[in-house]
Amino acid sequence: MTGPLLQVVDLKKHYPIRGGLFGREVATVHAVDGITFHVDSGETLGLVGESGCGKSTAGKAILKLVDPTSGTVRLMGKRIDGLSRSAMWPHRRDLQVVFQDPYSSLSPRLSAGEIVAEPLKNFGIATGAEARERVAWLFGKVGLRPEQMAKYPHEFSGGQRQRLGIARALAVRPKLIVADEPVSALDVSVQAQVINLLTDLQAEFGVSFLFVAHDLAVVEHISHRVAVMYLGKIVEIADRRTIFARPQHPYTEALLSAAPQPNPRLKKKRIILAGDVPSPINPPSGCRFHTRCPYAVARCKTEEPQIRELAPGHQVACHLRLPSAG
Amino acid sequence: MALTLVAPATQAQLQGRRRAWWRRNLSIVLGGGLIAVMVGIALLAPWLGTVDPAALSPIRRLRPPSDQYWFGTDALGRDVYSRVIYGARASLFVGFAVAAAAVLSGLFFGLVSGFSRWIDAILMRIMDGLMSIPSVLLAIALMALTKASLENVILAIAIAEVPRVTRLVRGVVLGLREQPFVEAAIAAGTSTPRILIRHILPNTIAPVVVQATYICASAIITEAILSFIGAGLPPSIPTWGNIIAEGRAIFQVRPQLILIPAAFLSLTVLAINLLGDGLRDALDPRLARQM
Repeated sequence: MTGPLLQVVDLKKHYPIRGGLFGREVATVHAVDGITFHVDSGETLGLVGESGCGKSTAGKAILKLVDPTSGTVRLMGKRIDGLSRSAMWPHRRDLQVVFQDPYSSLSPRLSAGEIVAEPLKNFGIATGAEARERVAWLFGKVGLRPEQMAKYPHEFSGGQRQRLGIARALAVRPKLIVADEPVSALDVSVQAQVINLLTDLQAEFGVSFLFVAHDLAVVEHISHRVAVMYLGKIVEIADRRTIFARPQHPYTEALLSAAPQPNPRLKKKRIILAGDVPSPINPPSGCRFHTRCPYAVARCKTEEPQIRELAPGHQVACHLRLPSAG
Repeated sequence: MALTLVAPATQAQLQGRRRAWWRRNLSIVLGGGLIAVMVGIALLAPWLGTVDPAALSPIRRLRPPSDQYWFGTDALGRDVYSRVIYGARASLFVGFAVAAAAVLSGLFFGLVSGFSRWIDAILMRIMDGLMSIPSVLLAIALMALTKASLENVILAIAIAEVPRVTRLVRGVVLGLREQPFVEAAIAAGTSTPRILIRHILPNTIAPVVVQATYICASAIITEAILSFIGAGLPPSIPTWGNIIAEGRAIFQVRPQLILIPAAFLSLTVLAINLLGDGLRDALDPRLARQM
């Protein structure tokens, strides 16, 4: 296999807002507005940003749970955007998902065993006793007891349900799992368990994660590289250490400064952004962050900054950062 | 430190719990019990001291209630008690059959239109059209096209009820298909028909069961209306509707000819509606008191 496992180029997802008598398109929500990134085999890319910045939509567009408006998505070199449902089907074996809400992401009227066995049966990997054996093994892998297979989702705790969701995603041995805020609905002690489970599974099976989250501490713990999104655009991508130690984009800087610091003695500069996130219906001209950026200059209002490589593997979309300055 | 988290329930607690259950499900118990009685009457009609409900006896016409004729006789000398008891058969059969037919076809149309946008567009316009005609009028019009028979009456009433179930199921499906567990099933490679049957259908059962009871009740009334105006079952089959219709002319002399079948009709409809209300409360997850 050449090239990255997942290659996303200029992916866009716009939602039309229809109004009036004949459902004319009166406005467009630019949920995801041209993002480019890749995920390598066996790595975890953290995709962070505020609520409503389009990170979950990006995940869904890659999974083809929503149809992307434009752009290309390549999984192991093959284009999967624009495929019909049936043409997409074989690729779903390599591309799985773990959802944010462990309550609504499991069918309430199927038993835990049936839920995890479903992908196995769909792809004809195992049926009958073999499937049961495989599901029992998966239960063990995610830290559940095989006796719990006959239980129903409402009999599990939130953390256990998320383990079920992970077992279901893992059942077909995918290459990539899109994890859409998999721990943000769990309480902190359970978050740590689930995060450790994910890293263990990555070490054992070599699966890659596209880890969508808003919690920086979680992302710092699990990711190899981090992409920061703001209003449908990626503003900065770098490996974890670089982005947490030397953030280059003003938004990343502000985002990091807002994360709680475990050491109370450590005083750090707190950047407080003015105003709210602008609406994705009418995103600001030029750089989308210019309305709140403490360093904005005249050029930021008119010209949209292209994402450029400051250092190898470190890309930033900002007029104020020049490759030499990185 | 020994700590008993779950104390064994005492006799009094058990009793209290049982009483709470009865109170909570009173309308299910009452409605279900009354329906069971009506079904029992309909099934056991020949063994409940009845005579042939169609046997004419002009010499004994318009008798008041007595030991021999519990509800008296009608203008043709037929035993009203036997006619009312046998009438339960027609009413209940029509009610249940219409509910079953409307629910099955409504489920099918609702599931299909909830998942296919262009079928939905066509189907919903047809359903809107059907719904714009009052169900009794639609049934009368349909009956005018065919001959009076049990199947035709069931069909005519059911057609008017299908849009209601379809709309209900479609609404539930549209809500469910946005649920993460449906997206998870798509991501897990589950085919659309399997998603509909395994993930969506089981979640539509509760609202549809409740709706079915209301359809059953309204079908019984519609059947009575059709029979009353002579557009329903053939007059040879006794139904509460045509007993009332035949009693109408002499209602001032023998009011029981109308009142008794009407009482049976009202009780049955009341029972079914009680059951429906009770089921709705018991099945509604937002009102669920025991998770």
